[in-house]
Amino acid sequence: MTTAVADHHHDEVPKGITRWLFTTNHKDIGTLYLWFSFIMFLVGGAMALVIRAELFMPGLQVVNPHFYNQMVTVHALVMIFGAVMPGFVGFANWMLPMMVGAPDMALPRMNNWSFWLLPFATTLLIASLFVPGGGPAAGWTIYPPLSIQGGMGVDLTIFTIHILGMSSILGAINIIATILNMRAPGMTLMKMPLFVWTWVITAFLLIAAMPVLAGAVTMLLTDRHFGTAFFSAAGGGDPVMFQHIFWFFGHPEVYILILPAFGIISQVIPTFARKPLFGYSSMVFATAAIAFLSFIVWAHHMYTVGMPLSGELFFMYSTMLIAIPTGVKVFNWLATMWRGSMTFETPMLYAIATVALFTVGGLTGLMMAITPADFQYHDTYFIVAHFHYVIFCGSVLAMFSGVYYWLPKWTGHMYDETLGKVHFWLTVISFNITFFPQHFLGFAGMPRRIPDYSLQFAEFNMVSSIGGFILGFSQLILLWVVIKSIRGGKKATAEVWDNPEGLEWTVPSPAPYHTFATAPEVR
Amino acid sequence: MTERNLRKSNRRVTGWLSLWVVGMFGFGYALVPLYSVFCEITGLNGKSATLSEVSAAPLTIDKSRTVTVEFTVNVSGIPWRVDRPETVRLNVHPGEATTVIYEAHSLVDAMTAGQAVPSVTPAKAARHFRKTECFCFTRQELVGGESKLMPVTFVVDPKLPAEVKTITLSYEVYPANENLTNSS
Amino acid sequence: MIVSRFKKLRSAMVATAGAGMMGFLPTAAQAEWALNLQRPVTEIARVQYDLHMLIMYIVTVIGIIVFGVMFYSIAKFRKSKGAEAAKFDHSTKAEVLWTVIPTLILIAMAVPSTKALLLMEDTTESDMVLKVTGYQWGWQYDYLEEDVSFFSKLATPQSQITGNETKGENYLLEVDNHVVIPAGKKVRLLLTAKDVIHAWWVPQLGGKKDAIPGYINEMWIRADETGTYRGQCAELCGKDHGYMPIVVDVVEEAEYMAWIEAQKNKS
Repeated sequence: MTTAVADHHHDEVPKGITRWLFTTNHKDIGTLYLWFSFIMFLVGGAMALVIRAELFMPGLQVVNPHFYNQMVTVHALVMIFGAVMPGFVGFANWMLPMMVGAPDMALPRMNNWSFWLLPFATTLLIASLFVPGGGPAAGWTIYPPLSIQGGMGVDLTIFTIHILGMSSILGAINIIATILNMRAPGMTLMKMPLFVWTWVITAFLLIAAMPVLAGAVTMLLTDRHFGTAFFSAAGGGDPVMFQHIFWFFGHPEVYILILPAFGIISQVIPTFARKPLFGYSSMVFATAAIAFLSFIVWAHHMYTVGMPLSGELFFMYSTMLIAIPTGVKVFNWLATMWRGSMTFETPMLYAIATVALFTVGGLTGLMMAITPADFQYHDTYFIVAHFHYVIFCGSVLAMFSGVYYWLPKWTGHMYDETLGKVHFWLTVISFNITFFPQHFLGFAGMPRRIPDYSLQFAEFNMVSSIGGFILGFSQLILLWVVIKSIRGGKKATAEVWDNPEGLEWTVPSPAPYHTFATAPEVR
Repeated sequence: MTERNLRKSNRRVTGWLSLWVVGMFGFGYALVPLYSVFCEITGLNGKSATLSEVSAAPLTIDKSRTVTVEFTVNVSGIPWRVDRPETVRLNVHPGEATTVIYEAHSLVDAMTAGQAVPSVTPAKAARHFRKTECFCFTRQELVGGESKLMPVTFVVDPKLPAEVKTITLSYEVYPANENLTNSS
Repeated sequence: MIVSRFKKLRSAMVATAGAGMMGFLPTAAQAEWALNLQRPVTEIARVQYDLHMLIMYIVTVIGIIVFGVMFYSIAKFRKSKGAEAAKFDHSTKAEVLWTVIPTLILIAMAVPSTKALLLMEDTTESDMVLKVTGYQWGWQYDYLEEDVSFFSKLATPQSQITGNETKGENYLLEVDNHVVIPAGKKVRLLLTAKDVIHAWWVPQLGGKKDAIPGYINEMWIRADETGTYRGQCAELCGKDHGYMPIVVDVVEEAEYMAWIEAQKNKS
């Protein structure tokens, strides 16, 4: 199995639990991140099923309203901070060093630490559900004064956010250092694969946005326990200020969740269209433009707080601007497919679904940018539908695409194509059954975050719940596919696919424990 | 890059980025005063009304224009009843100082202290609504069962945008506590 | 085809309901499978509705174009059909085109949106003022000029929520005291809250606005038609967030006067 590429180091893989506890190997840490992300995806998904079970029909059947609110809150936190962000960091760990021709991440020991913070933090979060008063129930946005009212669960959540924030900041620093310092000779910035580009921009977003969130929740903590009054009107503070600070973090956060997905899609589509990525440099600039704009649109999440007219106009216009670079990306992907020679293996199916359904989410996002109309959409199920189209179809489907794309490289075995396709069709169809009706619910006037609803919303909610359960259980197929591919299957070649581009395809499958100990030659 | 140079370079990048992280954390806190300044300029949330009470130069009275000022009050978490001024709305000329009186009644036997927090709407009027004297500048104490007249004197700045015809002055009265910043 | 599938599903649901799950299906009077915004009855709601439709048409057309190109490519440029991959990787002309055209569309969308926003923010020259105070979990209404004030809370009995009783027609959308406003009059709402942030929203009367403790917000409504309009709190405000509905009766002016008099005598 060892080849010339790896023979500078002893290609000995440590054994036992200590391998995983003390590992500084980027591939091991990547694997840890990916498994952690998948477990969190299932945990958050289970919470979503509690929500959908309660909403299956009007009335209270399954949980009480307070627990329902906790589920809504913790589902969001687990999915955002536990599943999607670590998932992409996992991809970054596995793929970035190989993509830029580096032997490992720049700061391997810190890498280990930034992973092992995660299980600790999410345990705190989940534990908060069991303390007196229950977990956080104010929504993942933890708006005061409601979040001031909560019990100890809110404090645990704040600590969780601190630790998770620290973990992602460390991860981001590591990624930037790797990309700036560790590229193989000849790997100039504008030769880097797009996944590398989107990640380096994401890492800068993380470094700029996460500390602001940490600041906001720290203020919340001192408001709760140490008598400050940042957000309390009674003490001269302002509850709306929290929303401003939160969304100053929150909107870049949305792009932290989506930009690496754009990167994965930009790797997968050219491979299966057998045609180079269309408009590489415009992709890079569009990504940077989106990242920049993300810092000046935050208040579109809070049109209804009573901003002055000038503010509403500014945020409406700036938000609409985002449609332009986002559109450029979608058109570039389409142009990559145009006059290609396409095949439709599971990664490509997922990539196409990502582009298609993310476009739906993008277009509903454009509708919500229009302030006057948003006064109707705000805080309804239309919003819920929108961000699931963006985050599930944008980020999660792209991750699925990435998993199927690189799985043979990780395990050395081809995955089961039939099972992969079953997973794909079940996921995409049930996703749409779950979330498309929620657009209608929102239009018809169903507020989000309610455990019970009036009768005119009954039918679509039932449809949505049925879809939700199919969607949830379909994900076990992915687990099976991955385990199956780890345990055996058709041997994958180094290239795996039909002449794919990128350094990761020049090393054997599975990728040896140490790759590129000697930097490769990049033409 | 040699091994040593690489290590140095990694350390440098880490150092800069860490500095940036600390800076952004500080920026989160800096948003608090920035937000106040921003509110003062834009009148967001009617906050600025509380800041412009120091009107040094007397304003010229604009007799040609009348602005309606409305009064309302809420009580929250304190055993008081606070009555709004006799007239729910008053027509005033910009530049003219007007005094209206709120009346607070304690509903319990013990001494209680309250703090009124003002809010002015529409937002664009907020910075042109100046209070020269207000019970909201300090905490108010009521002994058990006491009733107290609480005056507020205000001037509408003649620079008030022409399209504003009505201004609403609202108070929310909270229990005062020791760590209260003076929210006048 | 989708519709027929839904119909099938619905009959399946009726069957399930018959099989024992009592009272979760809407009564005939309710709008079922509602697809769009509720019918607007104020100028603001109408402007929002029209804007919503306009933008929805625009994004639908954009969506159809994107999907069309995508599905055409999928059908046409497949390797299994012997498609040869072209070599191009950029086209300045195309890239300029798909930057400029969206920009123009956005400008076309911004114009009516700005106008609508100006209309909504114009709270001047109102005929009456109604102060709305949100609290956990209900609403307090003050008719400032009239010295009329009352609380309005959910009237749906707990037994309907827990399923021990058949759910009524306006399940979760009924309150003990309705707010009454006259038709054709510009009503300025002053919104605030006692404890946490709430949001007052009656879809047919226009958009929502947050009710924030310590601060006062305003919005206005002028209802064209008499009728009863229902809405809900739209900002998560704790345990019973789902249980703080709003019911507004819009009546003729004479009727409103009589109602106000009766309220004054009550207090």
